[in-house]
Amino acid sequence: MSATDSIQPGQPIRLKILRQVCPNSAPYWEEFVVTYQANMNVVSALMEIEAKPVNAEGKETTPVAYDAACLEEVCGSCTMVINGRARQSCSTLIRDLKQPITLQPLRKFPVLRDLVVDRAEMFQRLTQVKAWVPIDGTFALGPGPKMSEKVRALAYEFSRCMTCGCCLDACPQVNKRSSFMGPSAVGQVYLFNSHPTGAELAEDRLDELSKPGGIAECGNAQNCEKACPKKIPLTDALAHLGRRTTVHAIKKLLEQ
Amino acid sequence: MATTTSSSNNIIVIGGGLGGLMSTIRAVEAGLDVDLFSLVPARRSHSVCAQGGINAAKNLRGEGDSPAKHFDESVYGGDFLANQPLVKDMAEAAPHLVDLLDRMGVMFNRTSEGFLDFRRFGGTLFHRTAFSGATTGQQMIYSLDEQVRHWESLGRVRMHEFWEMLDLVIDEEGTCRGIIAQDLRTMAIESFRSDVVVLATGGLGMIFGRSTNSTICTGAAGARAHLCGARYANPEFIQVHPTAIPGADKLRLMSESARGEGGRVWVPKDPKDARVAKDIPESARWYFLEERYPTYGNLVPRDIASREIFKVCSESRGIAGQRMVYLDLTHISVEDLNNRLGGILDIYEKFVGEDPRRVPMKVFPAVHYSMGGLWVDYVKDAETGGVLKGHPRNHMTNIPGLYAVGEADYQYHGANRLGANSLLSCLYGGTLVGPSTAAYLTGLKRRCDDVPSSLYQAKVERQKQRERELLARDGKDNPYVIWRELGESMTLNATVVRDNAQLAKTEEKVIELQQRLRKAAIPDKGGYRNQALTFTRGLEDMMVLARTIVYAATLRDECRGSHYKPKFELPPVDSDDPAVHSQQVQTWCKAFKVNTERWLKTTVADFTGVDARPKIDYQPVDTSLIPPRPRTYGLKGAKKVEEAWAKMSRADAAAK
Repeated sequence: MSATDSIQPGQPIRLKILRQVCPNSAPYWEEFVVTYQANMNVVSALMEIEAKPVNAEGKETTPVAYDAACLEEVCGSCTMVINGRARQSCSTLIRDLKQPITLQPLRKFPVLRDLVVDRAEMFQRLTQVKAWVPIDGTFALGPGPKMSEKVRALAYEFSRCMTCGCCLDACPQVNKRSSFMGPSAVGQVYLFNSHPTGAELAEDRLDELSKPGGIAECGNAQNCEKACPKKIPLTDALAHLGRRTTVHAIKKLLEQ
Repeated sequence: MATTTSSSNNIIVIGGGLGGLMSTIRAVEAGLDVDLFSLVPARRSHSVCAQGGINAAKNLRGEGDSPAKHFDESVYGGDFLANQPLVKDMAEAAPHLVDLLDRMGVMFNRTSEGFLDFRRFGGTLFHRTAFSGATTGQQMIYSLDEQVRHWESLGRVRMHEFWEMLDLVIDEEGTCRGIIAQDLRTMAIESFRSDVVVLATGGLGMIFGRSTNSTICTGAAGARAHLCGARYANPEFIQVHPTAIPGADKLRLMSESARGEGGRVWVPKDPKDARVAKDIPESARWYFLEERYPTYGNLVPRDIASREIFKVCSESRGIAGQRMVYLDLTHISVEDLNNRLGGILDIYEKFVGEDPRRVPMKVFPAVHYSMGGLWVDYVKDAETGGVLKGHPRNHMTNIPGLYAVGEADYQYHGANRLGANSLLSCLYGGTLVGPSTAAYLTGLKRRCDDVPSSLYQAKVERQKQRERELLARDGKDNPYVIWRELGESMTLNATVVRDNAQLAKTEEKVIELQQRLRKAAIPDKGGYRNQALTFTRGLEDMMVLARTIVYAATLRDECRGSHYKPKFELPPVDSDDPAVHSQQVQTWCKAFKVNTERWLKTTVADFTGVDARPKIDYQPVDTSLIPPRPRTYGLKGAKKVEEAWAKMSRADAAAK
């Protein structure tokens, strides 16, 4: 239920934001007071700060840097840690949050400035696991493979992954001491291995999952699925691919 | 300062949305290498926001649909302002393009037998729209991004994500030779050589403040090309989507597919009716679209639906007299809704806090799409009436070597775009651009490597100088506040209903804001990821386009598609007296003919200076395949007009 059900337009809301000037500088907290508007989301509060960059002490400051694009929870840009939980600042409503609202950058990625982080690693993982369907070319070669609606509906769940990083932020196995690729890349392996043509590269993908940083490093904490804003069944994919990778590894061993 | 020198085989694509990615793939297949620049990772481009689907007349339901009908309805939907050869070829290519997406792994919804499922959309009576839940754009861009990532892994594509194009490099012959761009993290400004630059930079919703567009859709890249001499066409044609969710930060789209799946628009017959929606009985509801347009009902094209909703609300007949109407899905099964519209219903629920499966949604129109854009050429194939494939001029702007594609160009949609045609035009345009650029390079004698580096250095220096000048401003105004004022003025006066006096005031307002912005201090002087600097520079360039939109709208004294000026409506046909009615029909048809001759033309704007109005010219539109006709959409009582017009046209043809 709402943490602050009674909040009314015009009332002040308090935000505590973890800031950082550039990649190598020290982080610091700064507090802001913003006026509440009906249905206000966290990203609107950041926009209010842009239009009036003054902190809670009344001192002029710089606007808070943050990534944003679609503002409707399909692009994944505006992901940040809000009151301790990674989520999109566009779809997080102020009225559902305890105050002061704390905003921090995602915790598993290098911070570039304020709430902006570098998620390049997530995209590199997509290259690593060959997250594509190998097609012959884009010319008129006829229809795609026929697919049952049931198979399609499950695959669709995984194809909604926004590469936002919430699952990595929540995963205890993604940390400085491990090279775990994280749940989202494993979810993409599931997606592409379930596509009739995508499955042509299934073995290559399982090879990648067998390597250090692969699926063996999943600790089955199951935080990922709870953290996923799209409720993608990541733990099912991890369990399924864990078994497949084991079988794949044994097969390879026997072939040697 | 490094100048990246390209090999003779490189092209530059600006923009990682569908148009940019498809252009990239086709260019690579044509043997070129691509440097792709994007403000955000390609996967986060605005194409993700496209919800409802993509049109392709595959006729999988035996309804008698065909590419010819898709072509006709797209032209009619655009009120005949689109050049027909391109639209014809796009409609013909559509079934193949949907097959291609299917092969790439787009998870399109299926029928129980496993074939592609199709739904209805605005401006057609056929089931023509392939869809992937209600996140079709997201699914499509992911699949194209994955193909490009594959090419990147093979060394054929270099991605420059978080880079912004600041300027074009044009040599003394007027040929495009590359770009000046900024790394949005380190803020380094560099030049990049190339003989081809493709602008796939999307729309300009931010000029209207809050819209359905992403925050990156500023139009600044198009404006920068315009400042370099690229012509800008049909700027006054701005699509306002009938159904969006009002919000403080954004007006979120509620897809047309909601109506395609049976959603109904209504208001209480009595605006003072205080009951909650579900307690209002059928007899007390006014389904105004269904009443006025019995054939198309809730699926009239967007310009018409927006105008009708606007009118109802302007007459204080919206919900509780407010500027909102109901969009009702509650009569459809929850299972069907989740399977076919889940994504957008979840979004509504998250942002509004009500479940649209049980409670009718409250919506209002919002700026959505720019039919206008950079002027681009095409070469007609005299044999087919379509486009001559592989010609270097297809999709080229008036600047040799500079191309535009997707929402950034002006082709395909005329005065109003049909729903689910935008994903299609991005893809189709991309398929033309790849081979066009390859052909252009083959015929090119002087190459960018022959251009002295002093030209690139001077251009970089100019951008650095501009940045210093921007950061030195010390006035009291805040650029973000100025942007809000721009959006309010543009939305109020340059959207659904237009009036010359209001437009004149808006032009003055834009000039005032332009001047205030020149003094406004940027609230951040930092040297790393300075978003306020990026925003302010973009806003300054957006002002130029805002002025062009307003001025072109002022000059066009007629009603066509999205451009509606009540003072210039054709004479009414409303008499109950049959004799008078018949006379009115004749008068109307004559007026329609005169208006068509006067205004069925492409507006073309030339930049003349940041403080001056653009120079506006009008070019003929290629209507060689489908002659213009009254656009009535089966409006009650309009049948007589259609018949009279058909008779008049036949008589004219016979006289010739």
